[in-house]
Amino acid sequence: MDSPVLTVENFSAYFGEHKVLDEVSLAIPRNKLTAVMGPSGCGKTTLIRCINRMHELVPGARVTGRMLLAGLDVYTVNPIVIRRKVGMVFQKPNPFPTMSIYDNVIAGYTLNGIRLERGQRDRVVEESLKKAALWNEVKDNVHRRGTFLSGGQQQRLCIARALSMAPEILLLDEPTSALDPKATSHIEELMVELKNDVTIILVTHNTAQAARVSDLTAFLYLGELVEFGPTQKLFTVPVDRRTEEYLTGKFG
Amino acid sequence: MTSDGRGYSADRDVGTRILRDSLFRGIVVLLSGLSLVPLVLILVYITRNGISAINWDFLISLPRPVGEAGGGISNALAGTAILIVLACMVAIPLGIGAGIFLSENRCGLLPSAVRLFANVLQGIPSIVIGIVAYAWVVLTLGRFSALSGGVALGIMMLPVVIKSTEETLKLVPNTLREASLALGVPYHRTVLKVLLPAGLGGIMTGVLIGVARIGGETAPLLFTAFGSPYMNLNILKPVASLPLVIFNYATSPYPEWHSLAWGASFVLVVLVLGLNLVAKAVTRRWTVRF
Amino acid sequence: MLEERMTELKREIVEYAGLVEAMIEKAVAGLLEKRRELLADVIEKDEPKANDLEIVIDDMCTALIAQYQPKAKDLRTVLMIMKMGNDFERIGDHAVNIAESGIFLMERPPVKPYVDVPRMAEITVKMLRDGIAAFIKEDAALAKSVCERDSLVDSLRVQILRELITYMISDATTIERCLHIIRVSGNLERIADLSTNMCEDVIFMVEGRVIKHHHEDNPSEKGR
Repeated sequence: MDSPVLTVENFSAYFGEHKVLDEVSLAIPRNKLTAVMGPSGCGKTTLIRCINRMHELVPGARVTGRMLLAGLDVYTVNPIVIRRKVGMVFQKPNPFPTMSIYDNVIAGYTLNGIRLERGQRDRVVEESLKKAALWNEVKDNVHRRGTFLSGGQQQRLCIARALSMAPEILLLDEPTSALDPKATSHIEELMVELKNDVTIILVTHNTAQAARVSDLTAFLYLGELVEFGPTQKLFTVPVDRRTEEYLTGKFG
Repeated sequence: MTSDGRGYSADRDVGTRILRDSLFRGIVVLLSGLSLVPLVLILVYITRNGISAINWDFLISLPRPVGEAGGGISNALAGTAILIVLACMVAIPLGIGAGIFLSENRCGLLPSAVRLFANVLQGIPSIVIGIVAYAWVVLTLGRFSALSGGVALGIMMLPVVIKSTEETLKLVPNTLREASLALGVPYHRTVLKVLLPAGLGGIMTGVLIGVARIGGETAPLLFTAFGSPYMNLNILKPVASLPLVIFNYATSPYPEWHSLAWGASFVLVVLVLGLNLVAKAVTRRWTVRF
Repeated sequence: MLEERMTELKREIVEYAGLVEAMIEKAVAGLLEKRRELLADVIEKDEPKANDLEIVIDDMCTALIAQYQPKAKDLRTVLMIMKMGNDFERIGDHAVNIAESGIFLMERPPVKPYVDVPRMAEITVKMLRDGIAAFIKEDAALAKSVCERDSLVDSLRVQILRELITYMISDATTIERCLHIIRVSGNLERIADLSTNMCEDVIFMVEGRVIKHHHEDNPSEKGR
């Protein structure tokens, strides 16, 4: 069994005095899709934003505990180092509006001042767009601005942009909640394929989506990790009563 | 009349309401039309009086000494251009910098202070700003200069640029910042390479509006740039400008100079109108839709 | 995602079908040809495997429903496969019963030459095979034909019973052996019934029509 790509140890997060995550511990295995689900306000978005230290953008944010990314303590290095190893895709697709599709994909390199040769650049763009299942739809228009793309296509562009940096983990924060059902199912198929290349952590409030695509599921409630295990098990014979009640719609 | 049992007639009620509606609408349209009248009158009057003075010669020649016919405003055009460039050199870096600072820091002592001062600055009379520039630059250098005029105009332009930069950047959605930061891009590069380009349209509009505003300012130039009958490109010397020309020539007793003043007024109005229209076009073309 | 899991599930159930089919054939062959090793195989090796497979199918179906909420034909297919799993486990049990009786009969002199039992076995095995084929090919007509053969198997069983009763009346020492032969025919008849059930389910899966319990013959009854 591979060592996990991310280990969370007794991790708590606070915004000022308000405790948002309470002593969460789990181990995310490599090349699998782990879903984090729970009712609104349970801390699932905070948890993944703590992984790439984006929660620090909010003044008054504080954490205790450890997070180890492939053995590296996330909180002892410069956040920029971590953010280049961890990709993130947000709820609302957010491609850079002033850049072309091509430039958007390699934005991670250009904005960071990392120079690539022309051939290398072309290769990275093509590979990333292919992995995001967008290449065939845009290959003739790669140098146009991305504003003509549909919501689902824009989201796939954001995925390609994150993938171009070859991250260890891809964090997806409710990536389909702003999309229509057809675009949603495309992204779900894409996620299932991508997990062979990169470890995926998916935050979703949609339990059916978590059931469909994930290998493991973590259920968070009021900042506490209630249950974490193989999806098949969690959805058929959950261990904790709260999980059972959440899945059967008694709350959330 | 129909009655629905409530003691009043539904028909008549509706009729009154429709009538009052139309009346209200009519009054609003009338008032709007009336507010256009002063502008239209100004444009018509200036055009009628000024257009006769406009010819190619007018634009490229220097003013003639008193009593001689002819002459032009070429030095004033050059001077206005120099003053605008100097003002921009003052206002753009400071203004955009302050605007970025304010948009990134919503609360806090320093941001609130900066915001307050920018607002106050906008309200200070232009002549007072002129006096301040006089004290800073003219007295220091020992003479009137384009530089002092540029400084005065720059100070006047500053609040406009700050405000429009701040407002534009506030409109840039936070998701864009997050997208850049999540890629591991450091903060300063995020601002310079993502946020500013996204807000460029609005910022440029602010600059153009600022320029339109100061293009016609006269009072601060009275004792800074001072004016000059010669073509002068040295910023350490006094320089002519359109508003100064208008002021000096319109109040002079010579009719030839009066017609020059009308011509200059016409050019100035065209300039200001033109800048406003260009600003509008820039907004439309360069504004990024999110 | 759902499609792949459905394909996997169908593969498992077909494998299960093959196993129980082999069990019946081995049990009958062992009985008729008096081959102990075949009968021992069925009882000791095949039955535990059959029981395990039922649990595997149950788990797969439950997980599939929990994770994918299949609809329409997919849902009918999953439900049908679940029932098929249960039916196959029972068929396996019946094959074991036949094998056990086979061992008993093998050690004693035959009552009479086997005529009807092999015929019953042949028809029953064909019914099972056709039923599985009907499921794989989603062939409702083939399924219907299987259902029609059930009455043939029933009448053969009655015939065997009647014949053996005469033997038992005339010679009391044959009673034990005859009872075992009757047990064998009874189990074969149950296997045929289960195959018929399966075919009724195939028709439901393919057409959405319920023909269970001769529902079609009584159209006035509200559906159940």
